[in-house]
Amino acid sequence: MSQDLHTLTLTQIKAGLEKGEFSAVELTEALLARVEKHDDALNAFITVTAEQALAAAKSADAARAAGKGGVLNGLPLVHKDIFCTRDILTTCGSRMLEDFVSPYDATIVERLAAAGAVVLGKSNMDEFAMGSSNETSFFGPVRNPWNAECSPGGSSGGSAAAVAARLAPAATGTDTGGSIRQPAALTGTVGLKPTYGRVSRYGMIAFASSLDQAGVITRSSADAALLLGVMAGFDERDSTSIDHPVPDYTAALSQSLDGLRVGIVKQHFDEGLDEQTGAAVREALAVLEANGATLTEVDMPNIDLSVPTYYVVAPAECSSNLSRFDGVRFGHRADDPEDLFDLYCRSRGEGFGAEVKRRIMTGTYVLSAGYYDAYYLKAQQVRHLIADDFKKAFETVDVIAGPTAPTPAFKLGDKTDDPITMYLNDIYTIGANLAGLPGISTPCGLVDGLPVGLHLVGPHWGEETLLRCAHNYEQLTDWHFACPGDFS
Amino acid sequence: MRARAPDGASRTRLKQEIPVSLDKEQVQQIAVLARLKLADDEFAETVDKLSRIVDFVDQLSQADTSDVVPMAHPLDVAQRLRADEVTESNERDRMQQNAPATQDGLYLVPKVIE
Repeated sequence: MSQDLHTLTLTQIKAGLEKGEFSAVELTEALLARVEKHDDALNAFITVTAEQALAAAKSADAARAAGKGGVLNGLPLVHKDIFCTRDILTTCGSRMLEDFVSPYDATIVERLAAAGAVVLGKSNMDEFAMGSSNETSFFGPVRNPWNAECSPGGSSGGSAAAVAARLAPAATGTDTGGSIRQPAALTGTVGLKPTYGRVSRYGMIAFASSLDQAGVITRSSADAALLLGVMAGFDERDSTSIDHPVPDYTAALSQSLDGLRVGIVKQHFDEGLDEQTGAAVREALAVLEANGATLTEVDMPNIDLSVPTYYVVAPAECSSNLSRFDGVRFGHRADDPEDLFDLYCRSRGEGFGAEVKRRIMTGTYVLSAGYYDAYYLKAQQVRHLIADDFKKAFETVDVIAGPTAPTPAFKLGDKTDDPITMYLNDIYTIGANLAGLPGISTPCGLVDGLPVGLHLVGPHWGEETLLRCAHNYEQLTDWHFACPGDFS
Repeated sequence: MRARAPDGASRTRLKQEIPVSLDKEQVQQIAVLARLKLADDEFAETVDKLSRIVDFVDQLSQADTSDVVPMAHPLDVAQRLRADEVTESNERDRMQQNAPATQDGLYLVPKVIE
């Protein structure tokens, strides 16, 4: 029995634990053994919290024996290392926070733990979530379980690789421009980015505060629904958290595709899209159509400006947010500073990696006197146009569907020379962040042995529709069951 | 009042016209504003890559945004405020465990005033 526990989804694990087929301790031991065996090759974890995980599993088993325990009692998961975890190293993939032990828990860490989740460790990520390939991590790149020469995507690449390789059934992630959905697509997993304000950002290390949102990477939409129900909801400690009722996401899964209006954006199938990836996505759309959904083309005249808009807004917010790293209160500090200015400049120069420095500098430039109007203000105006395009589209459709990423996983090192080539990886996902909309990616095919994803975007608070659509698709196809050969 | 930065560079105007790409001098100026010391070998690469990024985002200038209100919040809601009351307990010692240098509960920095 125990050698098969890693193959179970979160929903299957929940049922197995409830029936007493195995204990949380047995499950946790099996998964920790798998992490031990495989993670040297993958580098998906920055920290493995074996001791705490076993203690939490033991408590979960005891709670169950006493007829208690939350909805996630004994369910294992991994936290992206961007979430603060009390008394556990929280690095954000950076040398800057190499030794940072968080004095508190992020709200979602607290909520998941209160529901009984068992945390196996903290996953690797692009430094401060700035990257689309996991190559900017101070702790080295993560390898894609489908092909070790390839990137798993990013920035939540460690979370995606851990779930794809069956080292953990689920992981948390964050998505500022596609950082949950793109790695999910590139690893054959399900990635859900909720509406801005749906999930608390308290204790989630900030990159771009008007775009950042926490979500999950799982093996099915049903699993994503289960976790979102626990994570979502108002949090007084996050000033951008919205007090909006949390529906029963799992209940939404049982609705069929009948009458679902699916919008297609023409530009999402332009020449930038890999031909075979496009074919897989078109086939997925045909499956939706054959099973009750209607397809309509929607016009989004400003969507082409998403990536340049993002690369003004996100760096601007990043340069402000990351000014807190000054070598004084926490984080890396340079040796023997001459004066305060030298302390700031060298601590930051040494503590941040190249991509983070580039983004801080881009942000500093677009916010500087004389350039603010031409770049930052202009970008916030274009952002409004893009948000209006979505608003208009959602007057006639329930979801917008297309590819998650333009290509399957690319080779490590392939896109590191030109930042723009890397940035264009998020061309289909960034729009949702700019407009604060929820999005999901679910596996829809294999191209040369590498997974590709179907991307769905919904209106604000449209998570139920996204989960319903993705779940139905998963019932009609078996792409989400595909497992990388070395990890079955 | 905000103190003037030691280098006098805070809010310095870079150049009035919008350049197609950035030169070394401008990148140096940005690095000072951003409080980042770049190693010599990092510098040339930063000039090149930063220029490419600025050229890329320059395409925004083509968009017609006359009469468009800049977006301030993705959900178009106002910032929530709370009463100005102390709600947190004092956890100074715990917080300072992550500080690189402290003494008697204070953060240590290089001498600022002679």
